[in-house]
Amino acid sequence: MIPCAVVGVGQTHHKSRRRDVSFGGLVREAVFRALDDARMTMADIDAVVLGKAPDLFEGVMKPELYLSDALGAVGKPMFRVHTAGSVGGTTGLVAASHVRAGKHRTVLAVAFEKQSEGNAQFALGSGRGASLGAGGSFAPFVRAYIHRSGAPEHIGWTVAVKDRLNALKNPYAHLRIEDISIEKVRDSPMMWDPIRYLESCPSSDGACAVVITDEEGARAAAADNRPPAWILGMSSRSEAGGFPGRDPVRPRACLQCADDVYQEAGITNPREQIDVAELYVPFSWHEPIWLEAHALADEGEGWQLVDKGDTEIGGRLPINPSGGVLSTNPIGASGLLRFAEAANQVRGGAGEHQVDGAKVALGMAYGAQSQYFSMWIVANSLQPFH
Amino acid sequence: MTATSTSTSQPRTSTDIAVIGWAQAAIERRTDQNETQMLMSAITDALTPLGLTRADVDFTCLGSCDYITGQAFSFVANLDAIGAWPPKRDSHVEMDGAWALYEAWLRLHEGDIEIAVVTGSGRSSTGDPSLIYPMEMDPYVLAPLGADLVTFAALQARAVIAAGLADERAMAEVSIRSRGKGTVDELLAGEYVREPLRRHDLPPITDGAVAMVLATGDRARQLVERPAYITGFDHRTECHNPALRRLDDSPSTRIAAREAGLDDRGVEVAELQASFTHEELLLRHVLDLGDDVSVNPSGGALRANPIMATGLARIGYAADHVFAGGTRALGHATSGPCLQQNLICVLEGRS
Repeated sequence: MIPCAVVGVGQTHHKSRRRDVSFGGLVREAVFRALDDARMTMADIDAVVLGKAPDLFEGVMKPELYLSDALGAVGKPMFRVHTAGSVGGTTGLVAASHVRAGKHRTVLAVAFEKQSEGNAQFALGSGRGASLGAGGSFAPFVRAYIHRSGAPEHIGWTVAVKDRLNALKNPYAHLRIEDISIEKVRDSPMMWDPIRYLESCPSSDGACAVVITDEEGARAAAADNRPPAWILGMSSRSEAGGFPGRDPVRPRACLQCADDVYQEAGITNPREQIDVAELYVPFSWHEPIWLEAHALADEGEGWQLVDKGDTEIGGRLPINPSGGVLSTNPIGASGLLRFAEAANQVRGGAGEHQVDGAKVALGMAYGAQSQYFSMWIVANSLQPFH
Repeated sequence: MTATSTSTSQPRTSTDIAVIGWAQAAIERRTDQNETQMLMSAITDALTPLGLTRADVDFTCLGSCDYITGQAFSFVANLDAIGAWPPKRDSHVEMDGAWALYEAWLRLHEGDIEIAVVTGSGRSSTGDPSLIYPMEMDPYVLAPLGADLVTFAALQARAVIAAGLADERAMAEVSIRSRGKGTVDELLAGEYVREPLRRHDLPPITDGAVAMVLATGDRARQLVERPAYITGFDHRTECHNPALRRLDDSPSTRIAAREAGLDDRGVEVAELQASFTHEELLLRHVLDLGDDVSVNPSGGALRANPIMATGLARIGYAADHVFAGGTRALGHATSGPCLQQNLICVLEGRS
């Protein structure tokens, strides 16, 4: 296997409606930022991997065909991934796999969603109407978590406030709620009991792009004083949907996927060895749920980390310093944003929401009924534990 | 199109990866099975002769298209067909299964796993292709025209004829060889669907699924006597708008073929995803396939066209040639209007 690393990261300014740009314009905004960051041009890219959630969101079938010009993919391999909500993460993994396999040197991973072009809730219901929406699907999982762990209800509000405060430090974030407070979240309308309006992710237009290259390219970037984010572990796991005994609060695919990446990265004690994590948290309660399913907290105790402030920037294990999915959610890109933000943290390039001294970071995305998981571990060196 | 190519032609890692089996399900005009059921059969039928079960599979990658199925997240249900319990290392591409094969091929090169299953599946019978295909065009400039796949294919057919690479008689001959039906004069007496294309120049509508099993190095040799080794594999895209392309050429096919090593060594069999008769003639020309190369002995996409599996089936038939003792065969897959995106997979047997 060829070692590889992230050497460029870019994203758009995310909004409810980016009426100022076409699909092509939107993805190029992220791509050019990533290429600038990597000190590259499109000529340096050997292959392009595009990810997005269902084509029904925008009503454009296989948009990578139309986007091949905008993405500079003409004459190159152009690949399209779709693994539900985890797709942005899987896009990063597939792009990295192109390099790891030794087939391509430098690969551009791009993910986008322009949700204002269609009706995501309609498409989430497979275009058949009567959709529960994502909140309706996940609310029972959240209730199950609360029932099992005995977590008090302010935990959900606390995560919602923390991520929105973090978003104020991220110039690209969609939601900027200056006066966010526990009271404001608590008093916001109940959407899908127990999930309140301000405990829910927005619907965004946006894109993210990441440049991944081989060891030689990464070392050249490092020599040029542009730290690469080495990809030390990566995995995607899926599990079947509805059958008795499946546990969507601790999905086995999530536990195994975390095991995969920890093992590959040489992580034996994730709570101590991971400095920061960008976890896919579309509804506030998924922060404690995922802390437990990634062995970052004991079962039933994830909410206590939230309660103690451990997951704030400056806390023991900061989660979603970027503001996370709760602040920015172009669905297909949300996973790659997690992976990209994790990379920026270990590159020391996260700006105002940088976690001091972050050396090892986890990026995670999930999709469908908590069935699709993708993760990577990135670090500031190939051997961060030596 | 600028033919830039900066990648290495073949992986720097040296893992042998081979196709060791494949199977199809349905492959009929209209099936009562849903996509998951078709895949269930195809995957079982691909694994069973190898003495393998789903538990032996280290990685799965599925290829399908929500718009063909008519449902967002349609592939999620297909996790039942791969038997994703306990959970699988898994991925999905919104592309023909031939690209799922590409992803699995990359994944196997990473060296930590041995067996992968890839699939392509689609039920075209439930929709109207003339309504679906305009939605894959540029949403600002081309989709509003409402022009369907056949219309764009007819534009390319005209260009191919004008370049002297085909005529209507030769196109009818392609159809007869693929389908074994009719005579040239009978076919040319038919009316145009879109001039210069007649019904016999068009692919059928087919429901179906294809599953293929891959294995690395020693494992492949343990499982089958004659693995079909993937010795060249590449895919390339072109500019999207057909009006900005030379339609009497296929530069992306040229690059993919060169990168897959076809310039150096010829093949005995070529399975081309030519859904329209003129596409076969164009691809033969671009790939420089002589009369000694057997093209589409399976009957090709003109005989059975299970969209999202048609390309993977080509690679399956190419593997069959190797399984039967052949030395070298190629499978080709395509996507997009007028052969926008093309993939070449070269399979070889070893003595």
